[in-house]
Amino acid sequence: MLQVDNVEASYGLFRALSGVTLEIRAGEIVALLGPNGAGKTTLIRCIAGLLRPRAGRILWDGASLAKVAAHRIVERGIAVVPEGRRLFATMTVEEHLDLGAFAPHARAARPQRLEEVYAIFPVLRERRRQLVRSLSGGQQQMVAVGRALMAAPRLLILDEPSLGLAPRIVESILGVLGEINRRGVSILLVEQNVHAALALAHRGYILESGRMAGEGTGAALMDDPHVKRAYLGPLALRR
Amino acid sequence: MTIVLQQLVLGVLIGGLYGLAAAGLSLIFGVMKVLNVAHGELIMLGGYGAFWLFALGGVDPFAALVVVIPVALAGGALLYWGLFGWVVRYHEETRIKNSLLIGFGLGLALHAAAVQLWTADERSITTAYAGSVLDVGGVSVPIVRLASLVVAFVLIGGLHLLLGRWRWGRAIRATADDWEAALMTGIDVRRAYLLAFAIGTALAGAAGTLVSVGYSISPSIGLEWTLKALIVVVLAGLGSMLGTFVGGLMLGVAEACSAMIFGGPYREVVGLVIFLVVLVARPQGLFAK
Ligand SMILES: Nc1ncnc2c1ncn2[C@@H]1O[C@H](COP(=O)(O)OP(=O)(O)O)[C@@H](O)[C@H]1O
Ligand SMILES: [Mg+2]
Repeated sequence: MLQVDNVEASYGLFRALSGVTLEIRAGEIVALLGPNGAGKTTLIRCIAGLLRPRAGRILWDGASLAKVAAHRIVERGIAVVPEGRRLFATMTVEEHLDLGAFAPHARAARPQRLEEVYAIFPVLRERRRQLVRSLSGGQQQMVAVGRALMAAPRLLILDEPSLGLAPRIVESILGVLGEINRRGVSILLVEQNVHAALALAHRGYILESGRMAGEGTGAALMDDPHVKRAYLGPLALRR
Repeated sequence: MTIVLQQLVLGVLIGGLYGLAAAGLSLIFGVMKVLNVAHGELIMLGGYGAFWLFALGGVDPFAALVVVIPVALAGGALLYWGLFGWVVRYHEETRIKNSLLIGFGLGLALHAAAVQLWTADERSITTAYAGSVLDVGGVSVPIVRLASLVVAFVLIGGLHLLLGRWRWGRAIRATADDWEAALMTGIDVRRAYLLAFAIGTALAGAAGTLVSVGYSISPSIGLEWTLKALIVVVLAGLGSMLGTFVGGLMLGVAEACSAMIFGGPYREVVGLVIFLVVLVARPQGLFAK
């Protein structure tokens, strides 16, 4: 469904991605792991059309996204929950969800979608008239996920959704991803929380300094001694 | 006492127009991060548009808004396509610099064109009811200026609703807040820019029409109105059109007060003082969220 093929990306002279290859098949949950500064967000920006790769190709349903405007990529079925949530400060929960369905294809299905999002995150229905800044971090993250879901995506990309949230809340947000996936949405999940991400994902990739350093099923990566040392820490080895 | 009240009332009346003038500038700046220093010249053109409709066609200036606003909307779209749309490709700092150059150039060109078309003389629209005043306990309220204030308020209220309820209005707000997040939400940010610029220009045209009725216009009023609008934008801060309108009223009243205390020549100075004080004490403006 999504193929990232040998992608190279730079910020000015600084090369943030070199020869990155990744694939997401329909129905999959794929984890993208790696330390801070590895280039995970950069890769997402390339897929979303916010940053154009210097080289390589990004194919969606077999067609290149190189010349597709960012807002049209959303229309084609890729929605991003950006790092840090990036909510609109002056808007209510419902305004966010409404805007999430801005793309023409999503607009028609807006009422049903809204019900679905409220079914997944019941607290958002209670808070629908509130400004997002009055919500807790976890609820704000729900708004960010909800906004992306309103676009009726076939691929949902989440960039560190658990950043800065309490463990219990992280668990519930990640738990919801499994449910979303069962409704037929493929997921690319960027996480620092390696354990939780690999437990959830079918497959995972490891990005280091702009290069792919590993790839495999969730279980295989979790057992990989390199991964253990680098990402799970000594505690993991003791388990 | 009546004299003081009289001055305050006149301050509020002109303040409404400051608010309207500033709303367009604020919208464009807030959304595109582009400063259109030719905003005052666009106001001037709006004034001459209404003047022409009145002088050549006998159209009532308030009715002329029905023509001026759509024409200014279209003119704004053309300006975006031809000039200002180019700078939004760049980073914000470059945008400001380039837009300043474009704005100054445009302002000069419009000024020269206005001198050619209408001469450098001051004009104003003198309708049959131009001299009517409402007497409120000894304070006389010029009818046309009162009507202008009401129209300005209605336009700002309409804009507020547009930005709050209309699909693209929300898209414009989202773009102003975080254009990348707006893109990721599926919003065509370039179109939001175009709409914001066109609407901002339409507001300038409407403001100009109202200026030409209750006050006067000449080809050289542009800079003064750009300055007033800029002061109000700094005073009120970005993000709330109602706040901008209140900021305009405040400037009008502050000018009236300073004229009473220090004399007429200091009228203009007070705005600049407010500008500096707000910049130092509350750089985000009084009503910014
Ligand atoms: N806008 C930018 N300008 C310059 N360098 C950047 C920019 N964004 C990210 N980088 C650099 O690119 C590298 C990858 O960043 P990023 O993709 O954000 O990493 P990650 O999301 O994996 O933490 C880092 O070294 C970062 O400093
Ligand atoms: Mg990141």
